[in-house]
Amino acid sequence: MNSPSALSFGRTSSIAKKVIGTPSVGPLLVLLVFGVIFSLTNPRFLATQNLSIILQQTVIIGTLAIGQTLIILTAGIDLAVGAICVLGTILAGKLANSGYDPIAAMALAVLACSAAGVAAGSLISGLRLPPFIVTLGILGIITAALRLISAGGAFSVTDEFLGWTGNTIRLNGFIVTYGVIIMLLLYGMVWFLLNQTQWGRHVYAVGNNPEAARLVGIPVGRLLLSVYVLAAFIYGIAAWLALGRIPNADPNALQTANLDSITAVVIGGTSLFGGRGGLIGTLIGALIVGVLRNGLTLAGIDPLWQDLITGILVIVAVALDQLTRGRR
Amino acid sequence: MFFGTAFAVTGHASAEEVIVGLVTKTEVNPFFVKMRQAAEAEAKAKGVKLIARAGKFDGDNEGQVTAIEDLISAGAKGILVTPNNSTGMLGIIKKARDAGVLVIALDTATDPADAVDATFATDNFEAGVQQGAYARKALGDKKPVLAMLDGTPGGTVDTFRHNGYLKGFGLAEGDPAIAGSAITNGAQDKGQVGMENLLSKNSEINAVYTINEPAAAGGYAALKSFGKEADVMLTSIDGGCAGVRDVKAGKIAATVMQFPYKMAAMGVDAVVDYAASGKKPSGFVNTGSFLITDKPVEGIDSKDTEWGLKNCWGD
Repeated sequence: MNSPSALSFGRTSSIAKKVIGTPSVGPLLVLLVFGVIFSLTNPRFLATQNLSIILQQTVIIGTLAIGQTLIILTAGIDLAVGAICVLGTILAGKLANSGYDPIAAMALAVLACSAAGVAAGSLISGLRLPPFIVTLGILGIITAALRLISAGGAFSVTDEFLGWTGNTIRLNGFIVTYGVIIMLLLYGMVWFLLNQTQWGRHVYAVGNNPEAARLVGIPVGRLLLSVYVLAAFIYGIAAWLALGRIPNADPNALQTANLDSITAVVIGGTSLFGGRGGLIGTLIGALIVGVLRNGLTLAGIDPLWQDLITGILVIVAVALDQLTRGRR
Repeated sequence: MFFGTAFAVTGHASAEEVIVGLVTKTEVNPFFVKMRQAAEAEAKAKGVKLIARAGKFDGDNEGQVTAIEDLISAGAKGILVTPNNSTGMLGIIKKARDAGVLVIALDTATDPADAVDATFATDNFEAGVQQGAYARKALGDKKPVLAMLDGTPGGTVDTFRHNGYLKGFGLAEGDPAIAGSAITNGAQDKGQVGMENLLSKNSEINAVYTINEPAAAGGYAALKSFGKEADVMLTSIDGGCAGVRDVKAGKIAATVMQFPYKMAAMGVDAVVDYAASGKKPSGFVNTGSFLITDKPVEGIDSKDTEWGLKNCWGD
């Protein structure tokens, strides 16, 4: 990974320092430590079936965290992640249940999610409103709209195509769902965009210093709009993955997805102040949260430990970011 | 690390140890906290290991599915679940049963009900009927002006209780006697706000349905601030000890007690039984409900608060 933070250590060019400066190394170590602890406390932890379950459990938050990462890299934040995703599940479910072609239903749902991204991005880039406020407002609007559309009730979604992402395939004895594969593909594609294209360099540049980015001719407004739309598009895909995991559309679902996705991003080493970090860290961050919960359950330990340890990890991650930032 | 000791104490689960999983709706609702404590006590008495998990909020289907997956991985023999909604868990419950795990729904039935091996629960419709029938009788000759403090829209238990109440009261949905309703999510603060708004809307309200006792406590606070606590009859469902004390103090006219301890203990026993003999329970097992009031009305069975305080759940 060639992230800007690694470059910030450029002068002291020893490899060791470069490795330490790479934001995903810390999270990877944490993940490995937890992996070792849990495999010692319960032999079932390392069973391929259990590991594949952890991957499946990471699908929804892991996918939502891709969009959240993009937005946080621009020094923004998205509080409407969960609501937009639930919008996708309710719309796709409603349309398919009322006889629409399921592929069209899903496409319309993803389009509606993307439209929410257009709204957020336009307000943030056009009126220069703070992302926190804009996405908070959108969260309220969508949540209310969902309850109005569905009259508050949850309903089953039985369509085969909408549930397809929950089907499993066997890879070398490892059972994964199509949802897992789609999530990993999305990580790969967005990683490529972020690290191998001019667009990606602009995302980092805008997150680091929007004024400087403007001065060197980066179209900041258009870039921000593209980030919010792409993120919301990904939330729409996440809605499909969510229906694969639970074929049920519930307007009350995913209430903690906002904070959960931010947690994965931050534990993954992406800076809340923008411009530093990346997707590999986020994937590891999401896995850390999944591994913690699964491992503690297998060991029969109270789940409150999960929240406690996650809380500590979040603070440590931000503290590390702040410390390394001070050294620049 | 400081939590290392916690791991050391628990150690390896031995191959023969029977693990009972319990997955409740949320971690914070006292009803489920008590249910969990009762299951823990029963598990200890029977020498089995209980692993309790919960969703994070009402509607957290994903959290409950995840918990069940983890419990299957942990090798649970049976899983007791109070589903957040009646259809959200169907897939994972099937997976668990296919893996030979006994699955029992507690408190809330699934739809279809036979998706699980058995359901141990209060008949919530019947509990609603008891509340409504009492309210109608206790109101006497007064023309009813009814306010409804509902739970969460669309929730299974909430819908059963709401509809049961109307049936017991003898009203159809949409009847002009219903002055209005408010969403409380079963929480005291929202119950208070909802009742305040309904009283502002219609000062003639003389009967209040509440989804549970916390919502009733909020409703009572609002009635009091409007100076209406003496003229309005508040009724509820749950049978928590705080609720029964509110009945004794005259804040709530009557409540319908349910028995979460019984659900939890019966559930643990059923798993222990299944582990020993392979015998599975089946169907809906009504764990019962009882009207508690110190102002009994003719023709409706009830127990007084003295009995209520001996049999209530919680502290």
